Amino acid sequence: MKRAGIKRRDILKSTVALAAGSALGAPAVWSTAHAAPARNETLLLVTENGPNNLDIQGLGTNRPGYEASWNCYDRLIRNATKTLPDGTLSYDRDKLNPELAEDMKVDDMSVTFKLKKNATFQDGKPVTAKDVKWSFDRAVTVGGFPTAQMQAGSLNKPEQFVAVDDHTFRVDFVQKDRLTLPDLAVIVPGIYNSELVKQHATAADPWGLDYTKSNTAGSGPFKVVSWKPGVELTYERNETWVGGTLPELKRVIWRTIPSPGNRRALMERGDADISFDLPAKDFSEMKQAGKVKIISTPISNGMYSVEMNVKEPPFNNEKLRQALAYAMPYQKIMDAAMFGLAKPLFGGKSNQVSSIDWPQPTGYVTDLAKAKALMKEAGVGDGLSTTLSFDLGDGVTCQPIAELVQESLGQIGIQTTINKIPGSNWRSEMAKKSMPLMVNFFSGWLDYPEYFFFWCYDGANRIFNTPSYQSKDMDALIAGARQSIAVGDTATYTKDVEGFISQAYTEVPRIPLCQPNLSVATQQNISGYTYWFHRQLDYRSIRKA
Amino acid sequence: MLAKIGRRLLTVVPTIIGVIIVTFMLTRVLPGDPAIYFAGPAATPQSIAEIRKTLGLDRPLPVQFVHYVDDLAHGDLGNSLSTGQSVVTEIASRLPASAELTLFALVISMAVAVPLGILAAVRQGSWIDHICRIVATAGVSLPVFFTGLLLVYVFYFLLGWAPAPIGRLDVFYTPPTDYTGFYLIDGLLDLDVDTVWAALKQLILPALTLGIFALAPIARMTRASMLALLTSDFVRTARASGLSNRTVIITYAFRNAMLPVITTLGMVFSFLLGANVLVEKVFAWPGIGSYAVEALIASDFAPVQGFVLTMAILYVVLNLAIDMLYGVIDPRVRLEG
Repeated sequence: MKRAGIKRRDILKSTVALAAGSALGAPAVWSTAHAAPARNETLLLVTENGPNNLDIQGLGTNRPGYEASWNCYDRLIRNATKTLPDGTLSYDRDKLNPELAEDMKVDDMSVTFKLKKNATFQDGKPVTAKDVKWSFDRAVTVGGFPTAQMQAGSLNKPEQFVAVDDHTFRVDFVQKDRLTLPDLAVIVPGIYNSELVKQHATAADPWGLDYTKSNTAGSGPFKVVSWKPGVELTYERNETWVGGTLPELKRVIWRTIPSPGNRRALMERGDADISFDLPAKDFSEMKQAGKVKIISTPISNGMYSVEMNVKEPPFNNEKLRQALAYAMPYQKIMDAAMFGLAKPLFGGKSNQVSSIDWPQPTGYVTDLAKAKALMKEAGVGDGLSTTLSFDLGDGVTCQPIAELVQESLGQIGIQTTINKIPGSNWRSEMAKKSMPLMVNFFSGWLDYPEYFFFWCYDGANRIFNTPSYQSKDMDALIAGARQSIAVGDTATYTKDVEGFISQAYTEVPRIPLCQPNLSVATQQNISGYTYWFHRQLDYRSIRKA
Repeated sequence: MLAKIGRRLLTVVPTIIGVIIVTFMLTRVLPGDPAIYFAGPAATPQSIAEIRKTLGLDRPLPVQFVHYVDDLAHGDLGNSLSTGQSVVTEIASRLPASAELTLFALVISMAVAVPLGILAAVRQGSWIDHICRIVATAGVSLPVFFTGLLLVYVFYFLLGWAPAPIGRLDVFYTPPTDYTGFYLIDGLLDLDVDTVWAALKQLILPALTLGIFALAPIARMTRASMLALLTSDFVRTARASGLSNRTVIITYAFRNAMLPVITTLGMVFSFLLGANVLVEKVFAWPGIGSYAVEALIASDFAPVQGFVLTMAILYVVLNLAIDMLYGVIDPRVRLEG
């Protein structure tokens, strides 16, 4: 017994001694500090979510993933930059500059690019037209979002892409389409290092999507040197970039910080350089406090709207939809949900528009008496009840909007139950096309009204046509607009655009609310932030004083 | 001893089998279709069907289950759809982060709760007893994320004492070589005092947040079991024999009171490990809780299944360890066992 007792005591004693010993720490042997590059050559970006895939052509890539693709891969051409009236920088929709190409020649049914002869990929291999063709073939073959995006510019089949020689590349048109050239400057048609990616392709994965998911194989200004998904992404500058002036930033570190309050605290204490997905309330407060620079730009070709399913009762009734359009609490939404950081899309002169500005205000205003009268005309004077859905992933903005709408509709006899749909299920619900009433947001990359209508009002009933709106007249106007502008017939184009906007506003399957701003918070010593249509950051132009 | 461990492990096997089946069924039954999520915008019904086929979701449930168990037998927990990494690698890198935080929090918590509980029991009814009661109630009734945000606001934002709540290590430090995944231990093994100090600074606030939450059960349990023992016969005898107060309380009473405290510790540790997802969100800690929740939100089955399985196994091992520890502390338990 005694021996067992001593053993036990010894075990306990030695455990305590070991714990105490390790707590005191090793002797103070100094090692070289593990400091990474200096603070003023590095940009620290904090957002709520990081990328889930570094390749926009990959399966299910999220928006932060688009940012990685944008900064690590070159495209043939890129939009120029212009300065807006308030002094902020924005991409220029109408001017395209060469990036990987040094020359562009547009013919009747094709466009030919001459590639820069000194362009190399980040592993040193020179960029050739074969790589460009392989990349374009990949974009139109992998399916999903990237392929649909290419099709928006009539880039449909690999046969359209021809590598004439090592440094000449040609795209043949299948039809005249004004959107083809701008579509070559969006994120999707990046140029991939085909030899490197092909080495990692397999029979099941012929385009190497698995490899490009976590490795960047491009010729762009930055390359990813380390990626811990959900935690941190680190980029380093590509010193051999020829697509433009070498960026001033040597290193960009992107950290995922889930708590919005902490992101704001980091910005206000100067421990982070840029943050851009804070709630509107925080942006408007920080703007007033003035310690941090806030840059707000209206999101091009985008709007928040209330949408109704026009295939099923009760909202297949046009008078009822118009009643709702008069019952929306527009100004309250601008104040309480958007904190004034948006452009109103209501209170215009009339629903029969006389300009091709897009988006532009509808002729609706908050007029509950008119709404009630229209409901009587619609034959539902007694009221009805329905469900109002929204995407919880955008809950910061959509929830206040939904609650204000619910309250206002209640006053005209429409009882709504709010249905909060988790972010991961929102796409599924949209695809089912069964939600009767919802709050939604859409913005199109190519800032042309026919592009918005192609996705949201066209009879092909794509996923973004959430009201399931199908009208032969509308389809004719949209097609007419696209065809007429492709041949430069601005008169017909104007007539068709005004026609389809007026029809959309009169038949109102979708009630526009406002055009929101994209806000960015930066430290005072950061300059060069440029607004892009894809709403992600472009590190090429950012400078840190 | 080994035979005993072996027998205990055998009784655990049915539990693990149950866990595997239940998590598999649960993840398949949840709403949300990963195929539509990954088809992205502009998905057509046929592209969704293609993706469903690639993900293997179009096969009947029993077939999917058989494949799943087969992979498990080879140590393959599958791949996460949202990050594309293998689940085993990700759990192996995230579990030490959560474990380091939880263990550190427990150490802080014990260092405060145990003396507080002992003092409260010894001076029952005095102001120390009331402080113990207040601290315990406040700690457990304030939600963990509230405490976390409050601490960040006061100590980082207002006072600037704590470092930025930016994760395990400040941006300008590289992590130490991965021996165990615990930055404090790895940094010491690397003899890199800078990194150890940086990691320690980042650990303090989140550990404090979790520790405050764990204070209540430990303090109350210590107090209750001490109280029960201080009125027992052998303590009376020790006092009567003239032993010093210190010897009576620490050597005699506390030693015996430790058993229930260790049980509570085990429970608190496993519940903290899962519940620290909120602390991980507030402090941007790359832990296993937030990993599982993000996967759940994305309808990503493999990480969720991997997480539940890992937690179940961890809990089993922990209980086993605690039972063994009983035997070391109190030989009477071992003899009976």
